[in-house]
Amino acid sequence: MPKNPQNNSDEQKHTFAVLVENKFGVLAKVSSLFSARGYNIDSLCVGVTQDPSISRITLVTSGDVNILEQIRKQLSKLIDTIKVFEMDDKETAERELVLIKVSAPKDKRSEVLQVVEIFRARTIDISSDALIIEVTGDEGKIGAILELLRPYGIKEIARSGKVGLSRGDRTLQGLKNQ
Amino acid sequence: MTAKSSTPTNLKSKNLSGAEIIYRCLELEGVEFIFGHPGAVLLTLLDLFLKRSKIKHVLTRHEQCAAHMAEGYARASGGVGVCLVTSGPGATNLITGITDAYMDSIPIICLTGQVSTSMVGNDAFQEADIVGMTRTVTKHSYLIKNMADLAPAIREAFHIARTGRPGPVLIDLPKDIILGEAPFHLPEGEVKIRGYKPRTKGHPRQIKRVAEAIKEAKKPILYVGGGVIHADAGKEVEKLAEVADIPVTWTLLGAGAFPSENKLSLGMLGMHGTAYANMAVDECDLLIAVGARFDDRVTGKVSEFATNAKIIHIDIDPTAIGKNLPVEIPVVGDAKQVLREVNKLVKRQKRTLWQKRVERFKKDFPLTFETTEGGLIKPQEAIVILSEEAGADAIYTTEVGQHQMWAAQFLQVSFPRQFISSGGLGTMGFGFPAAIGAWLARPDKIAIDIAGDGSFQMVLQEMATAVQYGIPVKVFILNNYGLGMVRQWQDLFMDRRFSEVGLEVGPDYVLLAAAYGAKGLHIEDRKDLRPAIQEMLTTPGPFILDVKVDPDELVFPMVPAGGANRDMLLKDPRKKKPKKGRLRALPDN
Repeated sequence: MPKNPQNNSDEQKHTFAVLVENKFGVLAKVSSLFSARGYNIDSLCVGVTQDPSISRITLVTSGDVNILEQIRKQLSKLIDTIKVFEMDDKETAERELVLIKVSAPKDKRSEVLQVVEIFRARTIDISSDALIIEVTGDEGKIGAILELLRPYGIKEIARSGKVGLSRGDRTLQGLKNQ
Repeated sequence: MTAKSSTPTNLKSKNLSGAEIIYRCLELEGVEFIFGHPGAVLLTLLDLFLKRSKIKHVLTRHEQCAAHMAEGYARASGGVGVCLVTSGPGATNLITGITDAYMDSIPIICLTGQVSTSMVGNDAFQEADIVGMTRTVTKHSYLIKNMADLAPAIREAFHIARTGRPGPVLIDLPKDIILGEAPFHLPEGEVKIRGYKPRTKGHPRQIKRVAEAIKEAKKPILYVGGGVIHADAGKEVEKLAEVADIPVTWTLLGAGAFPSENKLSLGMLGMHGTAYANMAVDECDLLIAVGARFDDRVTGKVSEFATNAKIIHIDIDPTAIGKNLPVEIPVVGDAKQVLREVNKLVKRQKRTLWQKRVERFKKDFPLTFETTEGGLIKPQEAIVILSEEAGADAIYTTEVGQHQMWAAQFLQVSFPRQFISSGGLGTMGFGFPAAIGAWLARPDKIAIDIAGDGSFQMVLQEMATAVQYGIPVKVFILNNYGLGMVRQWQDLFMDRRFSEVGLEVGPDYVLLAAAYGAKGLHIEDRKDLRPAIQEMLTTPGPFILDVKVDPDELVFPMVPAGGANRDMLLKDPRKKKPKKGRLRALPDN
């Protein structure tokens, strides 16, 4: 729930990459921070890094500048948080994986498959009435394919949540904490 | 206190029980007292209190009070308080105390028993997910699942609790961990946690900006909070105030950070602060906040708070800065270290005009109360006389409500940690157990709980604890037969419809004291105040002084909830000629 529902004109989406201790309970600490303070989580994605003692959380959230600043500070304040980094669209290679079950009866199937091909998506399951499409991409691409598939009837969607890495040689481990 | 003598060096290779490891780790941290209540999962740990004497276990009558006693001990000593309770209800009963410590940044360690690791999650008897329940009210928490993690976790917990912005840390101890065996190694070197490096040293550029802003300001105010007490930065605040000639106001938790008898002192600010503190803040052109967090009880309507001021905020917790209002000069760091650096740069200054103006506020809008002609006791006068009689020998704790505000307004608080109160959470029932813990930390002082009858009734079972251990806590009840602060709001804002605030039926406190084997006294006449207080202070052992006060007395000044501080009520607006707090603007100088 947004903190100031009547005044969300300044709301921005932001993506944080957070390195945390790979221990049980840490994800709960992160998510209860958001629920306790009434912050949004748009998506959250977590997995272990090349160092097995560290997990990486990619978290998409929204709020005004002050809320985003608080979120960054509050995340850093958790004892199990090692690093917090605000990901910038231009500096970051971002991807999300989405599985889309779309209605595709015989007479529409080739049209749907054309969309799949144009987006370099993949068909991973097929039945008489529906396809499951796997598509990977940034927000723009995912939005576009969903838009194009919508008229055919999207039955179900599963999204992985966004992950990302800084472009170039930079790594999060190598950065000074903000 | 060190534990060198009791820790033979040949233990390195030997296996020890979990209970023994816990005890040794606590010894190494210098723990003197544990406040606790037993339970089945703690048996082997409890057994050690029979065999060993280094750490004394204080048996409380309710777990919530164990947490408050640990807080009282920590708040009075500056050390870490420890409490130990069993799983399930023992642990859940701690939660109010933990939250209280979290809100006021008090370092306590909460050791909770837990069902065996194999039973965790099975809804076993007396199982509660206490780590889950306390996640947002602890600075950090541990559920120990491996023996090897036990000793390092305890050491980390103490480090986390006492450093940075202090706070409560919970360690959940499953039964099989307490019973298990593992090799014990004496810890070496400093505690290192890769995600936890609190910044204590302020950024030199920011410190320079602070000094410049102080130099340029015409009407600066220092606004100090609990962080100054935690950082032991009272002397540094005094130096800055004296050298740069800056009046000082404090929050409830900052009482004692600056001596109230100092001529630069403005007393407490905020909802029930002094009129002159609120006026000075309203008019100041530079507000220097140190270890304070712009709580809503301080700021009133935040958009109307200190609108003429540039704001400097010095705090060890970056999340506190810029949370409630924008700050021009943020400085992240330990209050003592930052102020030391600031003091190096600040030159002696005189601010005659500003001091005159502030003097004028003090003279025209003093903190007062009306005394009655008859014998009816005004609670404020009771506090004034208590303060005169007890002086610097006292450590005061308070409960929460009207009496707490009168205490903050009328006590002379001369040194840090002399005044101990539940600020952020506002926990009724805090003061009495906190006084017990505080006395154990400072047995050279007289621990006095300034109480209301409502608050004291929440925790009066701890009289047994005080008597059992011979802890000479003085309970000074300002008895108005009701829940005064809520009654005050009903009085002012609900047309005097007093709903559910009457405590006409309460115990006879003298008989209650006697029932527990303590002494007590009633008074209801003004002339008895001083002799009764003297008797309370000189009678050995726990004592209850039941002071029957005027139940219609209200706390003023008061900023109505959500209102701006400058619109505070100086007295009951329904009485004749209410004086409004507004002052004409200071003529340009």
